[in-house]
Amino acid sequence: MSALELLLQQLINAVSIGSLYALMAIGLAMVFGILRLINFAHGDLIMVGSYVALLLMTLGLPFFAAAAAGVAASTLAGLAMERIAYRPLRGAHEISMLLTSFSVTIFLENLAIILFRPTSRAFPAPAFLRSVIHMGQLRLASLDLIAIAIAAVLLLALTLFVRRTNIGIAMRAASQDLLAARLMGINVNRVIATAFAIGSLMAGVVGLLWSARVGKIDPLMGFNPVLKAFVASVIGGLGSLPGAVIGAYVLGGLEILLQGLLPSALTPYRDAFVFAILIALLLFRPNGILGSSEKEKI
Amino acid sequence: MLKLESVDVSYGHVDALRGVSIEVRDGELVALLGANGAGKTTALMTISGVVRPRAGSVLYDGVDLAKASPFDIVALGLIQCPEGRRIFGGLSVLENLKMGAVRRADTSGVRRDRDWVFSLFPVLGQRRNQSGATLSGGEQQMLAIGRALMAEPRLLMLDEPSLGLAPILVQAIFRVIRELHGRGVTILLVEQNVRQALAVADRGYVLSTGRVILEGTGAELRSNSEIEQAYLSTAPEAKR
Repeated sequence: MSALELLLQQLINAVSIGSLYALMAIGLAMVFGILRLINFAHGDLIMVGSYVALLLMTLGLPFFAAAAAGVAASTLAGLAMERIAYRPLRGAHEISMLLTSFSVTIFLENLAIILFRPTSRAFPAPAFLRSVIHMGQLRLASLDLIAIAIAAVLLLALTLFVRRTNIGIAMRAASQDLLAARLMGINVNRVIATAFAIGSLMAGVVGLLWSARVGKIDPLMGFNPVLKAFVASVIGGLGSLPGAVIGAYVLGGLEILLQGLLPSALTPYRDAFVFAILIALLLFRPNGILGSSEKEKI
Repeated sequence: MLKLESVDVSYGHVDALRGVSIEVRDGELVALLGANGAGKTTALMTISGVVRPRAGSVLYDGVDLAKASPFDIVALGLIQCPEGRRIFGGLSVLENLKMGAVRRADTSGVRRDRDWVFSLFPVLGQRRNQSGATLSGGEQQMLAIGRALMAEPRLLMLDEPSLGLAPILVQAIFRVIRELHGRGVTILLVEQNVRQALAVADRGYVLSTGRVILEGTGAELRSNSEIEQAYLSTAPEAKR
């Protein structure tokens, strides 16, 4: 394999994993931008969607129908989470909201353990998600290409949404000044529910791609993705949507880079090295890549 | 039109308003005056439904607003242009104005009001695609007032619209306030610029530590000796 091919191969790997992180990070960033809530339960939406999809597939539904139902289940679970757990806390201290998100996580994960047992189950991805295209020495996994394409489409759609639609502009307004948004008659509850719906839909999509990638699912599967998404949005600048996306691709790139560069004895500790580099980055840019150094808004 | 009846508001153990009664009649320009911390902003936030009174009531056309959310209150036409401008810095001028009109469905009316705002503040029209954060302080204040006007106010509440502006911009803002008043917009004006405010106001109230200590017509308050002593004998800046 030539150096160029190697580079291209690793670039695709990096963009593919970065795309999954980006779709996850957006959900966190949108909610944080408006509510100052770090919703750690966001990861469990991945689990909800994947289990619903798996159950429907074992009942004999075709993959696409089951996948659509899984994404819908994630979206509804996200909306329910907002309505039941977070809306009553409107105006509460950030710490209370953070603790609530931990409780939601513990509740959902234990519910899943009771319903589905704690052991992992195989996730049978259809053949088109497992195929590999050979181009010269390049091995292009269809799953990587599909993840990249889906992320590109969703990110473009989201950009158009927040730039062109009234509710999208209202979402940006609410994330800049929630009180001013209320005083202008922006329906803040609707804006927040929309942010949850969009983020949860994306989490549902990530869930399917993630499960197909790993090949199995378990009740605690949401932890790693939400941690990575959180790290990505901190690198990018918490609350900033472009920042979350950039942070996600930086994180994906670093992971793949270190995976390739570290001696094999050290690769199990790859994440430790990744996080060490990111901590160093935050020492120089404490507010992240796109985070402003402005004082925190009221 | 709007009546506050012995309104008490407290933040924790701190009383911000104590037995405040204020009335604004249709078409009036009423000034709400007082030192920092007197409760002026709290009064506006109470009208907007952001802060809830502990006792007393806020009546709008005789209807108690106790159960109304800030969203409902905006829909009734009680629009607040908050202190410190609070425009959406990351949104363009046009987007800011659009957010002022966010609950309106009459596209042609919205366009007409936008053109009206651009005629009041031509500089906003020139900068329509610029983001709010890149505007000067005076332009941001104009945008904040324009955004509030886009909400079709029946009662426009202006909180310290001249705060921190150069004298020439203060004049421009007061010119617009006078023009809006002349067009029949009902205005509740909170100001630290007492001289200017009383010059344009039909009536005024003076708050001190959460109570109304004086009320009267603009002319009465202007010639009142306490006001004279407290605000008008020295430059307003020196009192702050």
